[in-house]
Amino acid sequence: MRYVLAIYENEKVWETLPKDEAERVMGEYMSFTESIRKSGNYTAGEALQPVATATTVRIRDGKRLTTDGPFAETKEQLGGFYLIEAENIDQAIAIASRIPSARTGSIEVRPVVDFTKQG
Amino acid sequence: MSTPGSTLEQTYREDYGRIVATVIRVLGGDFAAAEEVVQEAFADALTQWPRQGIPHEPRAWVIRAARNKAVDRVRRGVRLGTRVDELEAVARIEQELAPPPDGTEWQALPDDTLRLLFTCCHPALSPEAQVALALRTLCGLTTEEIAHAFLVPPATMAQRLVRAQRKIRDAGIPYSVPEAEALGERTHGVLHTVYLVFSEGYAATDGPELLRVELCAEALRLGWLARSLLPRDAEVASLLALMLLHHARRRARVAADGGLVLLDRQDRALWDREELREGLAQLDAALALGARGPYTLQAAIAALHAQAARAEDTDWAQIAALYEKLCELSPGPVVELNRAAAVAMARGPEHGLALVDDLETSGRLTDYHLLPAARAELLRRLGRNEEAAASYRRALALVRTAPERRFLEERLRELLDVTGD
Repeated sequence: MRYVLAIYENEKVWETLPKDEAERVMGEYMSFTESIRKSGNYTAGEALQPVATATTVRIRDGKRLTTDGPFAETKEQLGGFYLIEAENIDQAIAIASRIPSARTGSIEVRPVVDFTKQG
Repeated sequence: MSTPGSTLEQTYREDYGRIVATVIRVLGGDFAAAEEVVQEAFADALTQWPRQGIPHEPRAWVIRAARNKAVDRVRRGVRLGTRVDELEAVARIEQELAPPPDGTEWQALPDDTLRLLFTCCHPALSPEAQVALALRTLCGLTTEEIAHAFLVPPATMAQRLVRAQRKIRDAGIPYSVPEAEALGERTHGVLHTVYLVFSEGYAATDGPELLRVELCAEALRLGWLARSLLPRDAEVASLLALMLLHHARRRARVAADGGLVLLDRQDRALWDREELREGLAQLDAALALGARGPYTLQAAIAALHAQAARAEDTDWAQIAALYEKLCELSPGPVVELNRAAAVAMARGPEHGLALVDDLETSGRLTDYHLLPAARAELLRRLGRNEEAAASYRRALALVRTAPERRFLEERLRELLDVTGD
């Protein structure tokens, strides 16, 4: 099965991290990504620019509304994601718990819809 | 003499969960389909046994019926695309649910029941869903029965169960026993769910009934099941001991008028001796397995109460020491409150009151009626009756169950009689 591991974190904490600390976490991310590439679980993964760069688009009554920022203020923001292939949720949870941000933020494990299996 | 009805009921109670556990695996983890198949099999028994007589092997009869239903289901199947798939699935069902050789009993694979137990109690499901799913699939309770036990409308409970089954399917919750490295953590989750069922039954948080005995009995069934499936797990034995030792006191805990009777006023002749004996034996077994977790400590406390012939014989010093350890191991305001009560018994009410006051100042138990109730009791023992009455009134403003309310009202009345108000 495929799962998205959505990484939620308080951006402010990340922004105020000392440089060496930030580099250490980046290093952890790189070795984590490398390890799930090697194990064959990795499909894709990206880090996102801060929420301040986000733009929200809606179409209402056929009209496009474009606004600054995300639609809701939350304590933790979506900061990145992995798309992985795992045998089941237990394996997905085990992989998610190895993401460095699991220690400071939270990881949402979401199965991806498999349209070939919909009955 | 056994009637078709009683034999059927017995087979249902004893084997429903185990049969479902195997059928779920055979049907590739489809909970809903497996339940349907097994329930239809029992429904057939309900109509056929009274006419044809009780079968020689009731359980084998039900399994055979379930197998035929499962095969029918696959043949009718909409999901399966090819004939090859169908033949394979049918062959698999026929083999896995084959009747046992003549004269031998069908043995449920313990692994299947264990799979079912761990899947029902998977941490990806909400605690409410875990409880509902375990009662439904392992214990065979109907949706209506579970809804009644938890005081929610049947439609709400039905939806909760459907959602849980959907999540198992769509989120890829495996039908398996966890790997060794996750087993301890997952077993703890199973025990927590069983304990939730028990405590919900033991002290209903809301509504008119103080004890929902059925839920306690179901929790005990689950406890025995876990004990037989995980015989080397010390915490499993501890939880079973804890539940047995509490359950043994159930008849003494409720007065004829439905009111709550506290431990020190209980008629100990009403305690279930057999269950106490079983509980103490399970605690011994747990200790022999090296148990020293939170359930062990709670069971040990219950055991000390059980071993006191009269309330005044209770070894409060030991109990206070056990509560202190429990506070270290699983800190929480309710545990601390219990510790304060034990310390008051062991060393005097003023020592207990100091702990209760600390707890109150910490502000962690502001809405919990037992905090002012405990405070009132200690103040009363110290002769500070007016403060005690004020605390009882505060407890009464927070209490939610009718028997507990009556209990507090009675205590307050006793106090006012003494003071002559």
